[in-house]
Amino acid sequence: MASELIDKYMRPEHLPHIWCPGCGNGIIMRDVAQAIENLGLDHDKVVIVSGIGCSSRAAGYMDFNTIHTTHGRAIAFATGIKLANPELNVIVLAGDGDISAIGGNHLIHAARRNIGITVVVFNNNIYGMTGGQYSPTTPRGEKGTTAPYGNIDRSFDIAGLAYGAGASFAARGSAYHVQQTISYIQQGISHKGFSIIDVAAICPTYYGRKNKKGSAVDMMKYQRDNAVMQDKAVTMTAEELKGKVIIGVLAQVNYPEFTKEYQKIIDRLGREAEEREHR
Amino acid sequence: MGKTVLMQGNEAVVEGAIAAGMRFYAGYPITPSTEIAEQSAVRLPQVGGKFIQMEDEISSMAATIGASAAGVKAMTASSGPGFSLKQENLGYACITEIPCVVVDVQRSGPSTGLPTSPSQADVMQAKWGTHGDHPVIALSPSSVRETYDLIIRAFNLAEKYRTPVIFLMDEIVGHLREGIEIPDPKDLEIINRPVKKFAKQNGLPYHVEEGEWVPTMLPFGQGQRYHITGLAHGESGFPTNDNATAGKLVRRLIDKVEKNYDDIVQCEEVMCDDADVAVVCFGGTARAAQSAIEQAREKGIKAGMFRPITIWPFPSRELEALSKKVKKIVVAEHNDGQILLEVQRVVKNNCKVDFVGKIDGSVLTPPVILSKIEEE
Repeated sequence: MASELIDKYMRPEHLPHIWCPGCGNGIIMRDVAQAIENLGLDHDKVVIVSGIGCSSRAAGYMDFNTIHTTHGRAIAFATGIKLANPELNVIVLAGDGDISAIGGNHLIHAARRNIGITVVVFNNNIYGMTGGQYSPTTPRGEKGTTAPYGNIDRSFDIAGLAYGAGASFAARGSAYHVQQTISYIQQGISHKGFSIIDVAAICPTYYGRKNKKGSAVDMMKYQRDNAVMQDKAVTMTAEELKGKVIIGVLAQVNYPEFTKEYQKIIDRLGREAEEREHR
Repeated sequence: MGKTVLMQGNEAVVEGAIAAGMRFYAGYPITPSTEIAEQSAVRLPQVGGKFIQMEDEISSMAATIGASAAGVKAMTASSGPGFSLKQENLGYACITEIPCVVVDVQRSGPSTGLPTSPSQADVMQAKWGTHGDHPVIALSPSSVRETYDLIIRAFNLAEKYRTPVIFLMDEIVGHLREGIEIPDPKDLEIINRPVKKFAKQNGLPYHVEEGEWVPTMLPFGQGQRYHITGLAHGESGFPTNDNATAGKLVRRLIDKVEKNYDDIVQCEEVMCDDADVAVVCFGGTARAAQSAIEQAREKGIKAGMFRPITIWPFPSRELEALSKKVKKIVVAEHNDGQILLEVQRVVKNNCKVDFVGKIDGSVLTPPVILSKIEEE
């Protein structure tokens, strides 16, 4: 029998999901559902937006208002939804390629605007759906089907990138660190402004096999054994952090949220129009 | 009676759109469509609507669709290069049946081309720009007043048929200033999308009633949860790999437009009743053609003008009837022959078809069209 959480927040008639055995996506999808449950959000006021890729299929499995959009553009669709109806809790689920390669421009600009949406990144360091090509978060030296001799690109730190672009809440979780990740997603949804939770996923099928990382269990153990908390990480050198999985809240700052600022303009124009009429 | 004002074509787009109920605009600056964004930025918050300048044309199209899914009538506008960038998400709006209006104020291309000389060379892009078989409605105005009326019609058709409508302007009409009488809002026909709750949660959001073409639509956040995807889907809205279901979807999407020809297609015939020669033209070019046929009449040539207002679907039936009455058709358009292909397809051997076009960014003038009318 499915758990209460699955009964309440998933669409059992559309399960099982398409993800490979051992994939980390299911854990992260459950983390999102648990965070929504903990916050007691109204089912009907939650919109899940996704782009294209393995993780983007999560939208179809979750029982909310869900929209599975085009590759890279989930944040742009989410921006339209949030601005049109700021009452909605808009949550974007995206992969690393979706959000930081083809969708990178939308990520930095949504962060800059500080629009109140939450982005949860299922970061598995590879393009899984197309069969294992290297992504912007594939570590240097690692392999993909399009990096057969080792990746020579430097990799993106997605949470750091978003924070640098102006995101007012940025955190990192992992598939292994379930309790922490749920807490970060909760904090992100509650935060008034753009929030991003970059979650290290695992892809044993493509990334794991291509780079000899062992089984799904081995990859989870790696996350457990190589985790460094954010407050400790800031004291470490880049060399010391190599291969580490950083967990924690990178930044949380208060800054005016976009849709609220826009509403202030509408209200001001309304007041001015009223004053003109009374004059 | 409404008031009379001096207005630019691009401004008329915004004023007409607001009258039609537009309350969301997402865009990115590009000449010669920028005034549409500027005017939307001024006007929308005055009526409680939202304007957002996005980071690019792709996201402008995406945000427009997103806003419409949340229940707000939405529009974006662009020109040439930007219209190219909107194409992928335009197809998304087609398959998900999310209403929206996309304005393309055409300019000279290809690529950056001649910014921003007039052109009408996006006719075929409007039909085939996004990949895959899909429905298209495209409208093209030839005056500022018609722009106002026709953008309202664009919203009405988008809402009624749940499909993106392309508003195919050209630089000539976009930047034209004319005195127009603004109609009284109570005289306007405004159509809103068919809204209805489904029978149950996660019911059949894409179920189409017997005798209907379009499913009802409940905006996100109004108490009914469902799934929207750009993947092929059945009535449930969830993805499927079933060939029969996918084929049925695409067929219905195309048919809901093609089978409603009588409701959607509009064209204008000027002095065609006794005409020997008909000029086929649309948008800004119709202004020059009107002058050309008047001059031809002064010279004793019975000339008329046939103007598609709905570019897609193309007014085939009306043109075919006309082609059986006239001796010659002159296609005049600001490109190297795009509507010409449709005219040839429809007219076949009913009459002679001549062509006069422009691809150098200069305007098509009445004397050039007139000399083509006069040619034996």
